[in-house]
Amino acid sequence: MNKFVYLILFCLLSCSKKQQILIIQNKGSDTLVNLAQAWAEEYKKIHPDLAIAVSGGGSGTGIAALINGTVDIANSSRAIKEEELEEARQNKQDNIKEYIVAIDALAVFVHLKNPLQGLTKDEIACIYGEGGECEFWHQIRGTVVPGCKDNKIIRVSRQSNSGTYQYFRDSILGKKRDLKLGSMDLNGSKEAIDLVEHTPCSIGYSGMGYLNKNVKTLCLNQDEDCIFPNLETAKTKKYPISRNLYMYTNQTQNKSINDYMNWTQSKAAQMITIKAGYVPLDNK
Amino acid sequence: MKKPLSEKIIESLIKICGLSSIILILGIFIFIFKEAFPFMKGAFNFKEFFFSPDWYPASVVKVRYGTLALITGTLMVTTLSMLMAVPLGLACAFYISEFCHPNLREIYKIMIEFLAAIPSVVWGFIAIMMVNPLLIYLFNEPIGLNILNASIILALMSLPLIISVGEDALRAVPESYREAAEGMGATKWEIALKVLLPAAKKGLLAAALLGVGRALGETMAVLMATGHSIQIPKSVFEPGRTLTATIAAELGESPKGGEHYQALFTIGLVLFFFSFLINLISEWFIKPKKR
Repeated sequence: MNKFVYLILFCLLSCSKKQQILIIQNKGSDTLVNLAQAWAEEYKKIHPDLAIAVSGGGSGTGIAALINGTVDIANSSRAIKEEELEEARQNKQDNIKEYIVAIDALAVFVHLKNPLQGLTKDEIACIYGEGGECEFWHQIRGTVVPGCKDNKIIRVSRQSNSGTYQYFRDSILGKKRDLKLGSMDLNGSKEAIDLVEHTPCSIGYSGMGYLNKNVKTLCLNQDEDCIFPNLETAKTKKYPISRNLYMYTNQTQNKSINDYMNWTQSKAAQMITIKAGYVPLDNK
Repeated sequence: MKKPLSEKIIESLIKICGLSSIILILGIFIFIFKEAFPFMKGAFNFKEFFFSPDWYPASVVKVRYGTLALITGTLMVTTLSMLMAVPLGLACAFYISEFCHPNLREIYKIMIEFLAAIPSVVWGFIAIMMVNPLLIYLFNEPIGLNILNASIILALMSLPLIISVGEDALRAVPESYREAAEGMGATKWEIALKVLLPAAKKGLLAAALLGVGRALGETMAVLMATGHSIQIPKSVFEPGRTLTATIAAELGESPKGGEHYQALFTIGLVLFFFSFLINLISEWFIKPKKR
């Protein structure tokens, strides 16, 4: 019995000596969570004395946590709002710094059986927008989707306060209209893709990083050409639904956080960005 | 005779335990009310909140907080699931308590308790992975995440509770009732229907109402099974959304103290009111009526 206690004590002591590790808390956008995780793992290889704890929860959650001072880095798929900056100042967090870390493009996708190749922004607005009349696939240039009962469009969307939802709404409808109610509002991009994969009638949207071969990505009509979301078109913003992804920090004396942020802009980090399915920045 | 000190201490400890439940309930109510109050004073519009299906908490045009679709969803799912679970659960309770072999009874009881221990997220997965394709196959619907799916899952989830409380109620009927009925030459069926059912009526009703409470408050599984879609379902094959699921899905991303956050707490208050109502009804039924 005594030996056992000593053994545990020995373990605890020896562990506590080794683990002089600094932990950086990183929280926010679900769109960025995969990329941030991949970066954190790669960075750990270079700096074993540093651990970056990444969690999701949404852009708003991350920024709120940064304002409250519970995280060091907030991931966001939208730019910080003026009122959030104001709130931060009231909370004595004066030095919020913005980093653009990657470019994201929202892909619109359908089931593999759907014969459609592409949509125009107006057609998407007709399907998703409030007051839009497109309830059936045959209203879109007479499309007939095999295996879909009544040819009814099942709209897959996200919960209304997610960054992806708001970005999709603003880029398709401008800031003047809401999305139609009655869509299936899922709690994550991965769930949206899974549902569309198994539902012939459905249409959905998500960040490009989540796309896989089990759903059919649509091209979007811009003037004459139909543009698919990929690295090239998103970087040049030729693809109409592409946006910047941000990380926010509170500039403190903590050098290791700044080092990490600078590293995310490096070539090594941006290689991981491509692998995660996002568009890397132009290296300045 | 004076009580020894130790007894006094234990007595007061037990008293505190009893009081704590009242304090906790009051505390929860006050907390929810406190968070919801600024909204009820400000943006709350009674007609819109209860009679409009437009739930647009993050609108760019006009923020609207209508919960009619959510309330309809909750009521539909709860009612339908209870239509399935109550008859089945009470029949199960009768079977286990009266008809099955005593050795089998123990096995059944263990299995049913095990059923109660399955976490609700797992039920949600069952809804998506098993019930969803099954409903698509059986009814040839475009999608199987709908009111019916959620009701089936909720029925399965509240069954263990209904069965075990119902079985306890039947077991509580004194053995002498059964013996007397048997002595009169009654068959097992007659005993069950004409003696036990009236004698255990209140307990069985309590079992059913506990099931309703369970179904009303369930969150995670219905979030995954209903399709989470804001609309007033025209049939059980259409997706819907419940009050609980809305809170669960949106609270995480609404800034603390904001209007949306307070509106979600107001929904919590509505739910609180619903379960209070159910408890009140059950209390009214279970208490002996004065003549």
